[in-house]
Amino acid sequence: MTAATSAANTNAGTASAMRGSQPPLPGAWRVGLSRGQVELKSFFRERQSVAFNFAMPAVMLVLLGTIFRGQHTGQGVTIGDLYVAGLIGGGVMATSYQNLGVSIAFERERFTLKRLRGTPMPASAYFAGKIIQVFTAATAEVAVLLAVGVAMYHLRLPASPAAWWTFAWVFVLGVAACSLLGIAASSLPRSAARNGVAVVTLPFIVLQFISGVYVPFTLVPPWLRDVASVFPLEWMCRGMRSVFVPQAVSLEPSHSWQHGQTALVLTAWIVAGLVLCLKTFRWQERTAR
Amino acid sequence: MNATDRAVRVRGLRKRYGGDAAVRGIDLEIAQGEVFALLGPNGAGKTTTVEILEGYRDRDGGEVSVLGVDPRRASRAWRARIGIVLQLAADAPELTVAEMAEHFAGFYPSPRRPAEVIHLVGLTDRARSRIHTLSGGQLRRLDVALGLIGGPELLFLDEPTTGFDPAARRAFWEVIRALSGGGVTVLLTTHYLDEAAALADRVAVIRDGVIVAEGPPGALPGHRAGEAVVSWQDRGGTRRERTAEPTRLITGLAARYGGEVPGLTVTRPSLEDIYLDLIGGRQ
Repeated sequence: MTAATSAANTNAGTASAMRGSQPPLPGAWRVGLSRGQVELKSFFRERQSVAFNFAMPAVMLVLLGTIFRGQHTGQGVTIGDLYVAGLIGGGVMATSYQNLGVSIAFERERFTLKRLRGTPMPASAYFAGKIIQVFTAATAEVAVLLAVGVAMYHLRLPASPAAWWTFAWVFVLGVAACSLLGIAASSLPRSAARNGVAVVTLPFIVLQFISGVYVPFTLVPPWLRDVASVFPLEWMCRGMRSVFVPQAVSLEPSHSWQHGQTALVLTAWIVAGLVLCLKTFRWQERTAR
Repeated sequence: MNATDRAVRVRGLRKRYGGDAAVRGIDLEIAQGEVFALLGPNGAGKTTTVEILEGYRDRDGGEVSVLGVDPRRASRAWRARIGIVLQLAADAPELTVAEMAEHFAGFYPSPRRPAEVIHLVGLTDRARSRIHTLSGGQLRRLDVALGLIGGPELLFLDEPTTGFDPAARRAFWEVIRALSGGGVTVLLTTHYLDEAAALADRVAVIRDGVIVAEGPPGALPGHRAGEAVVSWQDRGGTRRERTAEPTRLITGLAARYGGEVPGLTVTRPSLEDIYLDLIGGRQ
């Protein structure tokens, strides 16, 4: 430790000598990218987060698709087709809402947020890191689900740029809305370790049953479908059906895809989510003293 | 001490939680390059005070200046000049020690070299290990490394050596002494009184939201009187006497016993005795 000690001495000396002309603070973009890198490493190295947020929708797709193999709804639509579209919606919400809601609750409880707050890291860089992580995980999730869909259910990927454009905006608006709601939900659990997963995940599971993820939307009673259509997931699933199962349009209640309304509802949830986040986000526990 | 020499200046600091007054009028001055230890039992207002200085917590009254800035208006530039070692921070379990240190270095305008800071806290052997594989003491040393990485002018250390083995503690003390020698100001909160005695230039004891004693560790009340406790074995058991003149007492005892005094001990009160006196004295 004596070598270390002398190193400490010289360095502290240079540190104080340099104080007169401090170099500028690192830019928010650079710090944000560095946050993104660390977030991605943490997400994909942690088996639990990969299994829980990432692999789950693919496992459900294989499972549900196998159980209902070959069943048709008419109009040339298989149950498997509906599951691919529905689980893409669900997968996007898992990698954004559920992932952020649970992980930020833990980060708050384990003082990760408090420690970051004590450094010159800009707050925007923290959220930039989350955006990078969520969009990467959600994109990979969709790719995995599409691969399963193509391999197991003979899903035909759309060829038209218009369909992919629809996919892009439904995906981006859906990820944004669900991420903001996830950040807001992270403040709900009183203890992340004891009930964080349950508190954040329960509403998500309910929504998946009534929004056409686990149960094909054609089998959900109309009044429950009305309840679901208040929340973003139902519109995300509907948007994904319009891209990947366009022939199912005649099964839709209104016999149309209602793209305008989809964009409107998702945007409204982004605004609501942003307001909720600004009002509720804390860098440390309320009760901490 | 003139204004530019002060790293920390606090006047009449007050903070309430609901109806509870946690801090009831604290004054503090810490000189640049000084190692200052804040002692006190849990709930005395120690953590609240330090968190107000760190910019984590707002206050209800009083003036606070840390490196010439009111922590209420904490800016990135100000945060770049301080280092904070929290009591408990176990995050990013899947990153390696080196990755974490390099990541944190990227937050600062003129960080220290990550490898060097890792070496400084004795984690070079574990630099490539994932954080979740570290022992409690190693995690603590990583916390300290992350507090130092920005090359702070003022370092806050909250119970820094909890979970260290004795050798690691002494090595860590050397690190703090070297930093202090290089001009870094250190504000230390600790439960280990020997740590405060070994490191601190000055010590303040907080109790019930006020400072009950302050001064160099060797000059707290009790030390000042130069009192010692003399004890010996009597027929009735152990006898103890407090005196400012132990030699005179022992000479008298030696005469009385005609030579050896049975079971004779002479002890000067340790910082711990004084501290226990201070925090328990008025209860």
